[in-house]
Amino acid sequence: MHITQGTFSYLPPLTDDQIRAQIQYSLDNGWAVSVEFTDDPHPRNFLWEMWGLPMFDMKDPAAILLEVNRCREAYPGRYVRVNAYDSRLHRQTTALSFIVQRPAEEPGFRLDRQESHDRSIRYTLHPYATERPEGERYPRG
Amino acid sequence: MEDNGTNSFKMVPGRSAPPGAGAPAVDPADEKSAGTPLPPGMSNIELPEITDAGGVDVAELVRETRVFDVLDELDTELVGLAPVKTRIREIASLLIVDMMRRRAGLDSERPTLHMSFTGSPGTGKTTVALRMATVLHRLGYLAKGHLVAVTRDDLVGQYIGHTAPKTREVLKRAMGGVLFIDEAYYLYRQENERDYGQESIEILLQVMENQRQDIVVVLAGYKDRMETFFQSNPGMGSRIAHHIDFPDYTLDELMAIAKLMLQQQRYDLSPEAEQAFHELIEIRMTRPRFANARSVRNALERARLRQAGRLVSGGQGFLTKDDLMRIEAADIRKSSLFKADAEAAGTPASENAHTG
Repeated sequence: MHITQGTFSYLPPLTDDQIRAQIQYSLDNGWAVSVEFTDDPHPRNFLWEMWGLPMFDMKDPAAILLEVNRCREAYPGRYVRVNAYDSRLHRQTTALSFIVQRPAEEPGFRLDRQESHDRSIRYTLHPYATERPEGERYPRG
Repeated sequence: MEDNGTNSFKMVPGRSAPPGAGAPAVDPADEKSAGTPLPPGMSNIELPEITDAGGVDVAELVRETRVFDVLDELDTELVGLAPVKTRIREIASLLIVDMMRRRAGLDSERPTLHMSFTGSPGTGKTTVALRMATVLHRLGYLAKGHLVAVTRDDLVGQYIGHTAPKTREVLKRAMGGVLFIDEAYYLYRQENERDYGQESIEILLQVMENQRQDIVVVLAGYKDRMETFFQSNPGMGSRIAHHIDFPDYTLDELMAIAKLMLQQQRYDLSPEAEQAFHELIEIRMTRPRFANARSVRNALERARLRQAGRLVSGGQGFLTKDDLMRIEAADIRKSSLFKADAEAAGTPASENAHTG
């Protein structure tokens, strides 16, 4: 199951040139770009591990791509995303966030139903990947 | 982003084409791309093919990139340095030719652009590096063309595991531009094998090799020490294509520099002051830690200081614009260098040597 998240979730995965162009756009806007990774695909898991600190004062997208590639190398089997943070007063939020790497195989989710009071049913998503401990959820880690 | 001149070259058909050689080979797509912003890397620049029929107008290419404007600026801004200027012009010409060859489909290898600038302090290495960054940007070899000047302290950490992130941070900041490492030989300390400088050199080498399209590294320092540095780091030496030596300035050149600086700061030397300054520089040149143009600038700064003192406490009630601009001989003659020279002719007064 191809999990989508973030700004370009409706598009097929971006190529490196497209990623470079998006980073260039972020830098032109003065946003601080950071790289994050995770192996928990749950949609509510928005706090991913940080790959180093957010990068300030960068001029060229090559610098960010360097870190993206280092992260991909270190965690070839995990989700990696790029965030751009707009620090302007009154915005102060993530302006752009998109996935730049995903595991080769994504097992997907199961829908769990829980019987509750008065015959009502609660639903919850269960990612198959999290059945294994962290770091072993996807082949090649 | 400075301009988009780099990818707006148009082929000039028929200039060098034999008569009747066929239709002009202007690519319509190229005309359209003229308004798009500068692409991030050389590899992305659209280069229309140069066919046998269509030629390329060198003059127009030069004019459009405005490369020689930068070099002309360099000529007027920097006094002397003839060999350096020639080398820079040669490199710029090489890059232009390279660009045209690429368009003709002859050569796709990007030339190595890392450089080493050797010379005494104050000979204009940083200024030339700054201009070089602009030249490379205009030719499309660098995406941004900014200069990041660093020394050992900015690259090498203080404890284990500190160096790599620090060096990488600096490299990332310099990407798309020129990384200028002043006194690069301090990175390598022969006497200490476990010095973290070595780690920094390794990361530098890796990026210099793998990301040649994103960054140009310029190493600067004294000539002899740079040579030792390259001998002990052959990997570094072999990755640097251009070694440029900055000669020391002559006395006349230093005077010309002084005049240029004064002109920029809207000051004026009286004829006697000019004579005095000439003598001052002559003495200063023999002293230790003489830093060429920088010493001249410092000497001028001190002369300005004395002029200000003279004007404020001199009891002159009314000052004209001329008074404010004019530096008199007395402002220069008061220099401790003259005193030291008069007192101890022969034995240099080292504690005064650094004051102008």
